[in-house]
Amino acid sequence: MQIRREAIAGTLESSDVLIKMEPSGHPLEVILSSPVKAQYGASIEAQVRQWLNEAGVSVGRVELEDKGALDCTIMARLKTCLARASEPEKAEGGQA
Amino acid sequence: MDKVLKDIKQALQLAGLRDGMTLSFHHHLRNGDFVLNQVLAAADQLGFRDLHVNTSSLFDIHAPLIELIRRGVVTHLECNYMSARIGREISHGLLEDPVIFRTHGGRPADIAQGRSPIDIAFIAAPTADKMGNISGKYGPSACGSLGYAMADAAYAKKVVAVTDHLVPYPLADVSISETDVDYVVEIDRIGNPEGIVSGTTKITRDPIGLLMAQYACRAIDASGLLKDGFSFQTGAGGASLATAAFLKDLMLEKKIHGSFGMGGITAYLVQMLEEGCFESLMDVQCFDLEAVRSIREDRRHCEVSALKYAGPRPDVKSSLVDNLDVVILGATEMDKDFNVNVHTNSQGEIMGGSGGHSDTAAGAKMAMIIAPLIRARLPLIVDQLACISTPGESIDCLVTQYGLAVNPRREDLLARFKEAKLPLLTMEELQQKAESFSGKPQPLDLSGRVVGKVRYRDGRIISELHEVKD
Repeated sequence: MQIRREAIAGTLESSDVLIKMEPSGHPLEVILSSPVKAQYGASIEAQVRQWLNEAGVSVGRVELEDKGALDCTIMARLKTCLARASEPEKAEGGQA
Repeated sequence: MDKVLKDIKQALQLAGLRDGMTLSFHHHLRNGDFVLNQVLAAADQLGFRDLHVNTSSLFDIHAPLIELIRRGVVTHLECNYMSARIGREISHGLLEDPVIFRTHGGRPADIAQGRSPIDIAFIAAPTADKMGNISGKYGPSACGSLGYAMADAAYAKKVVAVTDHLVPYPLADVSISETDVDYVVEIDRIGNPEGIVSGTTKITRDPIGLLMAQYACRAIDASGLLKDGFSFQTGAGGASLATAAFLKDLMLEKKIHGSFGMGGITAYLVQMLEEGCFESLMDVQCFDLEAVRSIREDRRHCEVSALKYAGPRPDVKSSLVDNLDVVILGATEMDKDFNVNVHTNSQGEIMGGSGGHSDTAAGAKMAMIIAPLIRARLPLIVDQLACISTPGESIDCLVTQYGLAVNPRREDLLARFKEAKLPLLTMEELQQKAESFSGKPQPLDLSGRVVGKVRYRDGRIISELHEVKD
């Protein structure tokens, strides 16, 4: 899969994460902000990179504004965001 | 004669302020306090430097202090609680000298015993007369109890009452007497009463919070302490207040007539008093305006000094905490030995303090922590605390949404909770449960220089707070 266009998934509620993806033309860039960065930052970033890698994403910019989401939540938001970002044409309707 | 001066500057000059002196304040106006900022601004304008500030608590409204510290006007802080805005700056290295954190009982004991002398005490006085008789119960900025200011007024070398409500002499209902007060200054407004209201004074509607409150109430019921004469303190957190609400229903149902409710008083404790759950309320500070109304109107709602509230023996012969049955307290983190951190957030940045946490835990027959097992991914129970605010030996049990853990020291409680069929786990089991959801957190880096010291109620430094690297 590829990041073809801008997309977002998630919310800024506590225990959730807001993920933004956009094409960049550069090697994959993962930017994480999180209140638990000191405790879980390295592990979150490694998991996000690994999953995107397995999905075949090597180019683009991924920004995670984490509010203390569990790994399962982060992965769910990541999948949704990539599904949206990889659509060839802009989808109808809202995104949340 | 009268003691009324024209402004704060004149009071500072007549009181003999010099560089290096200690000024003291109290926090009953909480995040609505205008007095500390005005006094320090006046001292700055007069050119004083290297001032030491000793106050019962600092709130976000006191943020102008940050600039005064940067400019060397203030070089030393002592307090029992510091909210996040100033706390964050301290944790990132704002002040060279470590902040001394005390407890609500330790601070007045140190003042009374001469271990932390105060040169000039400023009393934010919601009502005062020309001779410095003071009450917190009346006036446009009424805050109720003035319990934390009483040691300052009694033992500081000079005492200045700052009021926005000067009444004819003599004020009848007095909290602090003219015998202790040197000067009176009238200003436009000493504070905004809206700011008195503590952050969380509403019962939680969160089902997890309500579940924890139910467990807490069942634990109190099972403890054997809930009988006539029962005494109780709770903080203002949502789950703690929900526990108070459940407890009220239980006490009314069982027709239990308690002796006193204490604390930080909220509308919920006032309601318990009015519905007959307690004989009296012992009030060192009001957490909301309903408590202010009650302390003014109801003789059973008594103002008490911080020394009487929580003073440690042998500095005092006894204090109210020594006769407290149950206290409900919060925690940002705990370790498996029941030690509690209420000073810092998950990044190790200061955002609180002991207040009366460790005093009431030491005194109460059952000190109960109520806290969710995980907050925004962070497990409550960690291997190493950023700070020990309250020693685990004074904590009897922890209530979470997954069940309760009892301090192994309290086999009697464990047996009672078992009999009541409360869900019981060990601290190890609770920690593992949290980590099964969250993963194991990386420990915080605690190698930064010391920016704060936690002075326990007996005078021992029990923990140090470290600078947080950016």
